Amino acid sequence: MERRSSAALFTVLFFGIALLYLPILVLIGYSFNASPLVNVWGGFSTAWYAQLLHNRPLLQAALLSLEVAVAASSGAVVLGTLAAIALVRFARFPGRLLLTGMVNAPLVMPEIITGITQLLLFVSMVQLFSWPHRGFTTIVLSHITFCTAYVTITVQARLAAADRSLEEAAQDLGASPARAFLEITLPIIAPAIISSWLLCFTLSLDDLVISSFVAGPGASTLPMVIYSKVKLGVSPDINALASLIVCAVGVCIIAAGWLVTRSDRRRALETQHAAAEHAAGRAPRSLTAPS
Amino acid sequence: MKPTWRPGRWLIILPPLIFLFVFFLIPFAFAFKISFAEAAPRVPPFTDVISFTRDHHLQLSLTLGNYRYLLTDEVYGVAYLYSLRTAFFSTLICLLLGYPMAYAIARSPRSTQGLLLLIIMLPFWTSFLLRVYALEGIIRDNGFLNTALLHLGLISHPLRIMRTSLAVYLGIIYSYLPFMVLPLFATLEKLDPTLLEAAADLGSTPRRAFLDITLPLSLPGVIAGSMLVFIPAVGEFVIPSLLGGPNQLMIGRVLWDEFFGNHDWPVASAVAIAFLLLLVGPIAIYQYYNVRQLEA
Repeated sequence: MERRSSAALFTVLFFGIALLYLPILVLIGYSFNASPLVNVWGGFSTAWYAQLLHNRPLLQAALLSLEVAVAASSGAVVLGTLAAIALVRFARFPGRLLLTGMVNAPLVMPEIITGITQLLLFVSMVQLFSWPHRGFTTIVLSHITFCTAYVTITVQARLAAADRSLEEAAQDLGASPARAFLEITLPIIAPAIISSWLLCFTLSLDDLVISSFVAGPGASTLPMVIYSKVKLGVSPDINALASLIVCAVGVCIIAAGWLVTRSDRRRALETQHAAAEHAAGRAPRSLTAPS
Repeated sequence: MKPTWRPGRWLIILPPLIFLFVFFLIPFAFAFKISFAEAAPRVPPFTDVISFTRDHHLQLSLTLGNYRYLLTDEVYGVAYLYSLRTAFFSTLICLLLGYPMAYAIARSPRSTQGLLLLIIMLPFWTSFLLRVYALEGIIRDNGFLNTALLHLGLISHPLRIMRTSLAVYLGIIYSYLPFMVLPLFATLEKLDPTLLEAAADLGSTPRRAFLDITLPLSLPGVIAGSMLVFIPAVGEFVIPSLLGGPNQLMIGRVLWDEFFGNHDWPVASAVAIAFLLLLVGPIAIYQYYNVRQLEA
């Protein structure tokens, strides 16, 4: 197409990106404002950051959120990877359609519905088995549910792209299927697993709606505390906290993206290498048997 | 598929299957059941739907009162319609803005594609609540936008955006735009450029080629992206609650108030079930295209 339409496309792209980033950048700017008034610049200050350290309920909520996030993303990574293996490797089994549906539906299900239905389940379970008590356990269980979907989608794509011939070769050489999977395929999908752990961690850390329903009266996660404060209006210490969280999450995501691209690049390089050696009429070094 | 590894298969399939069944699917059954109960001042705050009488007879006590209430009280109908309308127009604007963005990324050189995608993805993973809060900092009466416009002398009074429908639209578009761009990019990237060259060789104008080739082939992405924006947007709670006013009554907010404000769990369940029925169609469309795309 002509250059003109191309320029128009990129204008929209940059406008869209600006729309996505401007509010966050302005927020970070506000967080260093010495004046508590949002529309007055009172000079540069880190006082709001210092104030966070003395806010006990906030720190407690942050600790709970971190604990939940670690537990939920670890659980979700295990379940999500298993689901991905099942969906990619087993072409047919009873319940396959059900599993596909249950993996994809949480991605679009409005949080408010997931939240209320899960709470009703937990409340009914307590009546029947006097377990689980609302708080840490219920938050973790519900976070695992929606995080699993993200893990499965990420790992599924990776696993489908992975070359199965290596694993089959290992099996032909006498490795058990489980061993062949663990030693050959697991390292290939490991970056996807690690990056989905990081993504789950940020999703769990961020969840407000589902946690509010299932947390019960005793427990408050960080987003719940932030929401109750934000509801009352803009406050400078929340600006500081938000800037910290946004930067921490940004680092996590960039790290996750970097992990995946790096391993992609390395694999591409190895493939090229092997192809080059093959073209040169030699067997790849690793397969040459010592004579 | 080799016939080996059979018993091991179930060790892999069952844990996620059972977990999701218990914690994702079963809850809907409980919500359905409790939507037929009545609110009662006890713990948990509703009457038993299924109970045993003293002589061990199973007793079912259902009430349709909650659903009747949804139909008679105007608030619910208004909220459903407002949610659907808001989600529809936000999705449309996301599509109009997101399509050129995805197209631009798909046509940029491979080396910059990864970076551009990361730039789009980053806000998508950043705290949703905090991004809505950040947007409030821009559009509030004494926020960044008004301060800037007043300084430039473009306006003499601050624009009133907060607590209006415009604020809710801006919030949804700002929050959900990445959901639209990513699936669109996924389909546009796969598009074979030789098709467009062939069309040009055969004398087609770029506009014609776009309408006849690019657009139809990117339809799965359009649908996936639209559903990814539309479905969660209908049930949005944080955005109307923080940016909207009392008139921006969305169904998520009604459900929240019914639950946390009135402590009426059965009515809240009935709202959720009625809402879910409304979403079955869109979710089915999303699943259909999703499965097809995975198999393609």
